Amino acid sequence: MADPAHISVDGNEAAARIAHRVSEVIAIYPITPASPMGELADAWSQAGVCNVWGAVPEVIEMQSEAGAAGAVHGALQTGALTTTFTASQGLLLMIPNLYKIAGQLLASVIHVAARSVATHALSIFGDHSDVMAARQTGMAMLASGSVQEAQDLALIAHAATLRSRVPFLHFFDGFRTSHEVAKIEVVDDEVIRSMIDDDLVVAHRLRALDPDQPVLRGTAQNPDVFFQAREAANPHHLAVPDVVRAEMERFAELTGRRYDLFEYHGHPDAERVIVIMGSGAGTVCEAVDAMVAAGERVGVVTVRLYRPFDVAALVDVLPATTERIAVLDRTKEPGSAGEPLYLDVVAALAQRWTGPSPSEGAPSPVPTVIGGRYGLSSKEFTPAMVLGVFGELESESPRREVTIGIVDDVTDTSIAHDADAWHEPDSVTRAVFYGLGSDGTVGANKNSVKIIGELTPLYAQGYFVYDSKKSGSTTVSHLRFGPDPIRSAYLVQEADFVAIHHFGSFERQDLLGIAARGATLLINSPFPAGETWEHLPAEVQRTIIEKQLVAWVVDGGSVAREHGLGNRINTVLQTCFFSLSGLLPADRAAEAIKASIAKTYGKRGEIVLQRNFSAVDASVAALRRMTVPDRATSTRNRPAPVPPAAPDFVQRVTARMIEGEGDLLPVSAFPIDGTFPMGTTRWEKRSIAAEIPIWDPEICIDCARCALVCPHAAIRLKVLPEAELAGAPSSFRHRPWKDRSDPTMRAIIQVAPDDCTGCGVCVSICPAKSKEVVKHKSINMEAKADHLDVERVNFDYFLSLPEHDRSLLKLDTVKGSQMAQPLFEFSGACAGCGETPYLKLLTQQMGDRMVVANATGCSSIYGGNLPTTPWAVDAEGRGPAWANSLFEDNAEFGLGMRLALDHHEAAARHLLSELAPRVGPIAIEILENDKGDEAAIARQREQVAELREWLESNPDVLTRRLTSLAHHLIKRSVWSIGGDGWAYDIGFGGVDHVLASGRDVNILVLDTEVYSNTGGQTSKATPRAAIAKFSAGGKTTAKKDIGMIAMAYGDVYVAHIAMGANMTQTVKALTEAAAHPGPSLVIAYSPCIAHGIDMADMMGHQKMAAASGYWPLYRYDPRREAAGDHGLHLDSSKPKIPFKEFAMTEARFSMLTRANPEVADELMTLAQADIDDRWHLYEQMVEVERTARYGILEEEEDE
Amino acid sequence: MTDLTTRYLGLTLGHPIVASSSPLTGSIDSLLALQEAGAAAVVLPSLFEEQVEHDSLALDHGFEVGAEFNAETYGGYFPELDDYNAGDEEYLDVLVAAKRELTIPVIASLNGTSEGGWTSYATSLQDEGADALELNIYLVAADPDATSLEVEDRYLRLVESVRSAIDIPLAVKIGPSFSSPVNMARRLAAAGADALVLFNRFYQPDIDLGTLDVSPDLVLSSPAEMRLILRWIAIMRGRIDAELAATTGVHDADGVVKLILAGADVTMMTSALLQHGPGHIATVLDGVRDWFTEREYTSLDQARGSVSQASVPDPTAFERANYMRTLLSYAPE
Repeated sequence: MADPAHISVDGNEAAARIAHRVSEVIAIYPITPASPMGELADAWSQAGVCNVWGAVPEVIEMQSEAGAAGAVHGALQTGALTTTFTASQGLLLMIPNLYKIAGQLLASVIHVAARSVATHALSIFGDHSDVMAARQTGMAMLASGSVQEAQDLALIAHAATLRSRVPFLHFFDGFRTSHEVAKIEVVDDEVIRSMIDDDLVVAHRLRALDPDQPVLRGTAQNPDVFFQAREAANPHHLAVPDVVRAEMERFAELTGRRYDLFEYHGHPDAERVIVIMGSGAGTVCEAVDAMVAAGERVGVVTVRLYRPFDVAALVDVLPATTERIAVLDRTKEPGSAGEPLYLDVVAALAQRWTGPSPSEGAPSPVPTVIGGRYGLSSKEFTPAMVLGVFGELESESPRREVTIGIVDDVTDTSIAHDADAWHEPDSVTRAVFYGLGSDGTVGANKNSVKIIGELTPLYAQGYFVYDSKKSGSTTVSHLRFGPDPIRSAYLVQEADFVAIHHFGSFERQDLLGIAARGATLLINSPFPAGETWEHLPAEVQRTIIEKQLVAWVVDGGSVAREHGLGNRINTVLQTCFFSLSGLLPADRAAEAIKASIAKTYGKRGEIVLQRNFSAVDASVAALRRMTVPDRATSTRNRPAPVPPAAPDFVQRVTARMIEGEGDLLPVSAFPIDGTFPMGTTRWEKRSIAAEIPIWDPEICIDCARCALVCPHAAIRLKVLPEAELAGAPSSFRHRPWKDRSDPTMRAIIQVAPDDCTGCGVCVSICPAKSKEVVKHKSINMEAKADHLDVERVNFDYFLSLPEHDRSLLKLDTVKGSQMAQPLFEFSGACAGCGETPYLKLLTQQMGDRMVVANATGCSSIYGGNLPTTPWAVDAEGRGPAWANSLFEDNAEFGLGMRLALDHHEAAARHLLSELAPRVGPIAIEILENDKGDEAAIARQREQVAELREWLESNPDVLTRRLTSLAHHLIKRSVWSIGGDGWAYDIGFGGVDHVLASGRDVNILVLDTEVYSNTGGQTSKATPRAAIAKFSAGGKTTAKKDIGMIAMAYGDVYVAHIAMGANMTQTVKALTEAAAHPGPSLVIAYSPCIAHGIDMADMMGHQKMAAASGYWPLYRYDPRREAAGDHGLHLDSSKPKIPFKEFAMTEARFSMLTRANPEVADELMTLAQADIDDRWHLYEQMVEVERTARYGILEEEEDE
Repeated sequence: MTDLTTRYLGLTLGHPIVASSSPLTGSIDSLLALQEAGAAAVVLPSLFEEQVEHDSLALDHGFEVGAEFNAETYGGYFPELDDYNAGDEEYLDVLVAAKRELTIPVIASLNGTSEGGWTSYATSLQDEGADALELNIYLVAADPDATSLEVEDRYLRLVESVRSAIDIPLAVKIGPSFSSPVNMARRLAAAGADALVLFNRFYQPDIDLGTLDVSPDLVLSSPAEMRLILRWIAIMRGRIDAELAATTGVHDADGVVKLILAGADVTMMTSALLQHGPGHIATVLDGVRDWFTEREYTSLDQARGSVSQASVPDPTAFERANYMRTLLSYAPE
């Protein structure tokens, strides 16, 4: 056996590489954290990488995981070696097919990056709740606990499935393993060929459906035989443990790495044993080693083959001395007698000790078994917690059900642990880097892991933590380097090296708590080394002194800018890290960093390389040792995470999360059902912009466009009588409001300085230019530092001014809508997001009566990801009521809301009708006021208030019932909102059904033409000629015309809008959609960073999109047809510029011309033909005369 | 029939009409059409270092935006492709194809921004088979602190560095905005230019009166613009140790004939070809051949420079007095 080669990869790549090498068909669908496996498989096949039989695997992206599973099933039926990758809800969507695939003994492997299943909340992070939901399907289940295992057990699973015919779920922990970069021994093709028996491959093919030797599979069976037939496969399932054991043995012979179904590690005469599965096993092993060394009789059983569960194998590995067992489950099964693994272990022990055939020599009595939950949603699981679990086992009466890693002060399940009871071994170097999402820190650290892994004998591990903001996000990189394989599946606890890549981070969180005494501290500071100290908050200074940190300073920003790298300080800080860490000699480190840069950026051109290279060369020279005084000199403490005015919940709970201390919050801090208060973003003053827009009232033309387009609701408009501004601070700017008869009215455009992301969309759209200097507009980006204090005062005053009376506003106009209070504000969406202006506008127009069903995706993340959320309320406490169900069901989710609301309204009206003689004239007024416009709703509120007064003074059974329903006499506007991945792909069936329902549900598609949230995968909204993940060679088919499909129904209001192309049309379309009493579909063009554009000009891109006919603007209103008019109105003019002129301004199109000019030319030509054809079709549609189905429907209802 | 054979940049051309840098010389199809129409040689569009850098940085930005900023956007938004044309590959591909498909000489053109860029790209163009290289130097001297001498020295340094980096013949294309164009031409020749191409024209700014935006634009040349070239060709003929190529405003046979008489070694056409198509070369060539043949010139060498400043009875005709006389002869109606 030759010395194996090493590579540094993450768990996804490790597993996907094996899967791609041994597969012929791969059906995929993106879902975090499994998406990279599919992306890699697709990229490899695009690049012509072959499987071990010399063929390029066929990779296809499906419309959902259910679709992927169906395609997998079909490919298996026809004899292909087939795989897929998934997680969480995706695995759940595959379950029906898993039963079929397992029931029909179709050999295959599904690789799962195990992730939480959404319950009270969605979480993208790792636990076993998804795979545990599939444990009953008949699939064999093999668990990997590290990156090395993700590779090795992937191959063992593929080998075992062919031999046993039982399909496998091979899973590993989402993020902790899927995204951990580690140095592993690589399995080469020779090993793969040796593990995969070609005879078994042939046998697999021979079982395929074949018209030459036809069979029938998938019969329907009756009570007489189903049961027996279901048992017929038993021998195959029973054989799996032996098959897996044999494949593991063969693998060991080939590689030297030995695995078993259950592996025991620890004291040979252990009394206390933990049973665990997945990445946590490595952590337990670490703790066990230390405890055994300290003389304790403890051990750990790592479960690898979870299904079929080999009872004998488990019992056999347990030391005969075992007295107490803690089974740790990374899932929660409410209401059960215990979590799944616990139940399996209990059952196994019962079978072996007390069953009909007790194990010979088994000790008596049977060990005590407790069950513990740990690590849900990637909750940290550390050796200190393991000590806590062993402590519980040692207690007089261990609790049957425990939790570890949290403080459960409600049901008292949690085990306390002492974080200081564990210290990481000195042999491992540990480094932690605090970066920003946009500065390249994570990418550089991944490369550092690879450099160390490849150039030194050291093992290396990198794990990366992100916050959930899409603008101004922070990252934390945890790196370990050591002489032995690193099993620590938890964040660095004590760092020898801490790097702060963004000086402002000191203001938000305690960053140095993680630093070990005497650790090296690297600060990227905009200040000279001699001045940096005085700019640090007092707490930071004290920690540096107390921990005797050795502090270094580099002005990475200046070095990066001088070398043309903008804000990407990663190269500079990476070079400084190597210089200070001494992991490599300086010259070798520089050489290695450059080689790594060349590998990463080489294809992007010489200039990119040269700029990075020169930054490497300049970095160490810019590094300075910071002199640390004997005592803290700063009088300034870190600011409070939220202002004192924040409400109680925000102070107690939200603020802790903002500070990075959410882990410390006890169970009692949280709502029991996932219900959270509204509008918490206003309390999180992130202040991430370097420049903010400053208004020059002298030039302003009162167009309100800046307020309309602001993706973050950070620019507001109010128009008030001058008298209202009597108490304004002197810095407060306002101007006469044009176009109004009242000369005393003043207009105010105000920026929210701490909430602005500095995206610049407002400046880009501003049409008012100075007559003296055209670059000076009515709104201009200026350094925030020069305006922050003043604008904070101004914004506070602005907020204190009264909001407009909504009933007096023309909400279907740009200006009128912008005077209304936005009830969607300060979201964490990307700076310059193309989606959020629509949402904000919608809340201005009808937020006080909206009920929102929000599909999973970008909008559910920036709309609903803790710590703070942007959906807000007005002064009366009204606002959009918001909920997220799933990705695939959002249209139905909205329809359900509509049905309930309609039912409630009908019930209320019925009750009111019955009570009308007693209530008096107001009852009739209410019953006759059934419109949904602003004035009608304002009147409804007054009427219902009056009604409530009467109801309260006339209590009886009927009035009490009506009291509980009276608010439904005020019209509600139901909106199903989501992205194109939902509407065009995974949720299309539901969208179609809702459109066909005739019910008053408004569907808003924020169409970014790509799966934005999961990183830019192709959807059926992706246009021809664009490149995206899964369309690396350019999408060859045209975008689905979902609007045309909807128009076919004849009673659906359809609008195709692009705010930047026609603001008036956008504003009108949303109000028309809401007013239409049947289903509405609004497809809103939403530029995205996935388009590869400067988001500051995203409105300009929309304009070009419409001008080229790429995004035609139209409104189809069935009510017009009912009135005898044509339903379809084109709101944009005939295409004026060629598609290519627009396309070449966006990287998603232009990149293809660089990669493959011939294909790009061909696809561009076809894309132009698509546009021409569609425009021609629409022009004809405008003239089409249809029977008004809308009118017919109404008549039918009237009958 | 007059022998129209012309020597330019060490190349023997069948006649003096060369297709200059334009979109027409940027694709193989139109290059073949130009050859078919009789072009004596072609100058490929300029490889713009600034464009290459811009594309490269844009590509880098495309990959980096959103990369690793979020737990769900692993590795950014764009798929890694096998091959991106992030540098000069596309240009070099055209050059290689042109050399493979054409029988007439192919002159590459380069517009750099950095000294390193000029020489490295020049070397690449030589290595890919360019018969000669035209440096398309266009510096807008907008820095008030830079003296004219410093600006001129930049030109000279560039030419010297490229000259020392390559072996193929080198032409230098410049604009007319020098205080002493003839002296500058002489110094450029001394720095290593085998030929001077007079004069280049680039995008010039315009103002959009609707948006008040500045919008650079290129308008096609008119025949009248040839006069400026004519003057300086005539003045330089015989005084500069470099060949002279006339470009800008060459639209018809009369223009070509005049420039040859003034002293141009070759004439270059762009706008007329864009307006009338590649076939226009044949028309112009016929006219040129007819003019010289009808007047029984044996060769172009005989005629070249015969009406240059040094060869005319009144040399001041090409200088300021020319302007004066024009004024005096002006007769208002």
